[in-house]
Amino acid sequence: MDIEAIAQNWRNRPGMVTGALHDLQRRLGYLDEEGMKVLATALEIPLSQVYSVATFFSSFRLAPIGRYHFQVCHGTACHVRGAVQLRERLERDLHLTIGGTSPDGNYSLEEVRCLGCCGLAPVVQVNEDIHGRMNQIRLGRLIRPNEDENENPVKN
Amino acid sequence: MASCGMAAGAERVFQKAKEQIAKQGNNCRVFQTGCLGFCQVEPMVEVRLPGGDRCVYGPVFPEWMENLIESCSKGVLPDDRQIGRIQTLPAVPPLVADIACQLPDHLFYKRQIRIASRNCGQIDPESILHAFGLGAYQALAKCLAEMTPAGVIQEIVDSGLRGRGGAGYPTGKKWLFTKEASEKRKYLICNADEGDPGAYMDRSLLEGDPHAVLEGMLIGAFATSAQRGVIYVRREYPLASRRLQIAIEDARAQGLLGEKILGANFSFDLDLVEGAGAFVSGEETALIASIEGRIAEPRPRPPYPAVQGLYDCPTVINNVETWANVPAIIQQSAHWYGQYGTEQSKGTKVFSLVGAVRNTGLVETPLGTSLATIVEQIGGGPHPGRSLKAVQTGGPSGGCIPADRFDLSVDYETLEAHGSIMGSGGMVVLDDRACMVDIAKYFLRFTSSESCGKCTPCREGLDHMLQILERIATGEGENRDLDKLETMALGIKDGSLCGLGKSAPNPVLTTLRDFRQEYLAHIEEKRCPAGVCRELITYTIDEEACTGCGACLKVCPTDAISGEKELPHLINAELCIKCASCREVCTYDAIGIV
Repeated sequence: MDIEAIAQNWRNRPGMVTGALHDLQRRLGYLDEEGMKVLATALEIPLSQVYSVATFFSSFRLAPIGRYHFQVCHGTACHVRGAVQLRERLERDLHLTIGGTSPDGNYSLEEVRCLGCCGLAPVVQVNEDIHGRMNQIRLGRLIRPNEDENENPVKN
Repeated sequence: MASCGMAAGAERVFQKAKEQIAKQGNNCRVFQTGCLGFCQVEPMVEVRLPGGDRCVYGPVFPEWMENLIESCSKGVLPDDRQIGRIQTLPAVPPLVADIACQLPDHLFYKRQIRIASRNCGQIDPESILHAFGLGAYQALAKCLAEMTPAGVIQEIVDSGLRGRGGAGYPTGKKWLFTKEASEKRKYLICNADEGDPGAYMDRSLLEGDPHAVLEGMLIGAFATSAQRGVIYVRREYPLASRRLQIAIEDARAQGLLGEKILGANFSFDLDLVEGAGAFVSGEETALIASIEGRIAEPRPRPPYPAVQGLYDCPTVINNVETWANVPAIIQQSAHWYGQYGTEQSKGTKVFSLVGAVRNTGLVETPLGTSLATIVEQIGGGPHPGRSLKAVQTGGPSGGCIPADRFDLSVDYETLEAHGSIMGSGGMVVLDDRACMVDIAKYFLRFTSSESCGKCTPCREGLDHMLQILERIATGEGENRDLDKLETMALGIKDGSLCGLGKSAPNPVLTTLRDFRQEYLAHIEEKRCPAGVCRELITYTIDEEACTGCGACLKVCPTDAISGEKELPHLINAELCIKCASCREVCTYDAIGIV
């Protein structure tokens, strides 16, 4: 969808700016500067408004994410069932910090507020798939699905 | 096939069932439903045999489906993995009354009364025909044929229904303000920006029965003469958005949205707006700002949205569960709804019962049910060997109720009197392995990073409180820090505009009041009694219990564990990063924390 069409679709509708930015983000996986400029002009609103919305909400990204995007849920139920240790495991194994993307563009890591699967806590989402009842071992398999389970991926 | 069931593997089970049925070519039929609420045993499958015998199974896995389908095609319900049998098919399906619970013998379901979640798990949420089969849109038809707008509002007022999003404002009263406003253009909003961590009632309702919400809004529109509605859904709930979209299109195709609905002189239509990930956008004025295209910053009230809301027009804004209750009340009666609950808090409420409890899931009980009933009976109490410490209600705006007060009744007034709130219905159960300083710190970290920044006490104050809690958690706190926390908490409550700031200190205040000893242990003894706060704990191996199986040694990511086979192992505290992997794999409960 080109930006003009996105703007056409959202102009003067409820949820105009967030809706248009979601569509814009779908094009490249993140919001590029040029795209936001064109969008602001097409929506006939100041660029500052587009930029303030883009930076206020956590769903919008100003840089690309990895091919495998890991989201560690940090809702209350996940917190009390070991989300911190899961996050640290991902940071160690993927050599990333929260918000980071690996240089080869394969992995990125993010912490999310609550995925609403609290009954299966702790939960980790990879791209579109949510994985419930996580623990260190299952997370290890999720990071490296092909690895022999007796091998410790971290030691490699 | 709601998000939680799918996270537990429901899609593979569903796929397998479809394949198996296609292969056998028999007369079985399989369809997806929303959530039955019992997350602990997901994925769940319900079987209906010809003649009415029904049975619910869980947890199931794809391979087991072969047995099930083979057995059922011979008319036999297998005994293993049964959650319970449902005795009869309701003779007149549309009645909401006495639907109470379909599995009356099961402890998890026994005490539930499912009104808002009446159809969840009963219908394919992507089929409007299924919804029709259980009576959807009949309440709307009743309004259009038999009732006046004023009569509808009176019914809602009489039912005692209060906002289920947290504030508990009487729904009928809100509707009345909007109805009486002189402006012609009026809006309805469904607040589906369910932001409290640990709460997912609204997601499940939208994924399981989106038509209940649409019908509730249609009834609201009829009552208040609003012409347009917006459903604002959290970005994190893509499945809920998709099912809502399908429901809206189906309703439109059936003449239930748009012009001249059901042939009456009544028109209404809806927009679906996706949020973008900000806790504060659940606050009603912030949510309106977001729909209008700005950042989600709250504004002072009054004027309240009921008088001046979306695009400055009178706007009724209610949350998902509130809207879902409306059709049931209209279809039955205010009197019927009012038989559940307490004098001040009528009806039922859906709670997400999660954390350190045996049966996790969504439970709907009459308001006024005691915490003990919910946590210990429905929830089945603590895990073996653990003891309950508290239950956290109301998310980041709520507080912790200690286990010795589980006699308290869950209703708006009682919880508030105890320094917590009911909020949107999150109930996170905490056992002896939860540290209350850590819980308070967790919530402050949440609210301080979700503060929109508009009010200084909230923006700066929460951050300072968090720093103090971090000091305490690392053993560097001082006794006077506790007074400081209390003083700042009261200042932030007074000096903030919206509910986020006004309630953010609650988790600290309630834990300080009821669990002061734990704070003091961190400060004076440099000890975390629950074994959570990193800097104050050490992982050890109990020599007596350790059999030297080597499981922990294999999983330790830093080679901190050593030992000969079949001899007790040792942890080198200098290398240990406290990742808990060893504790997870040890089957002899030999890994301890001191």
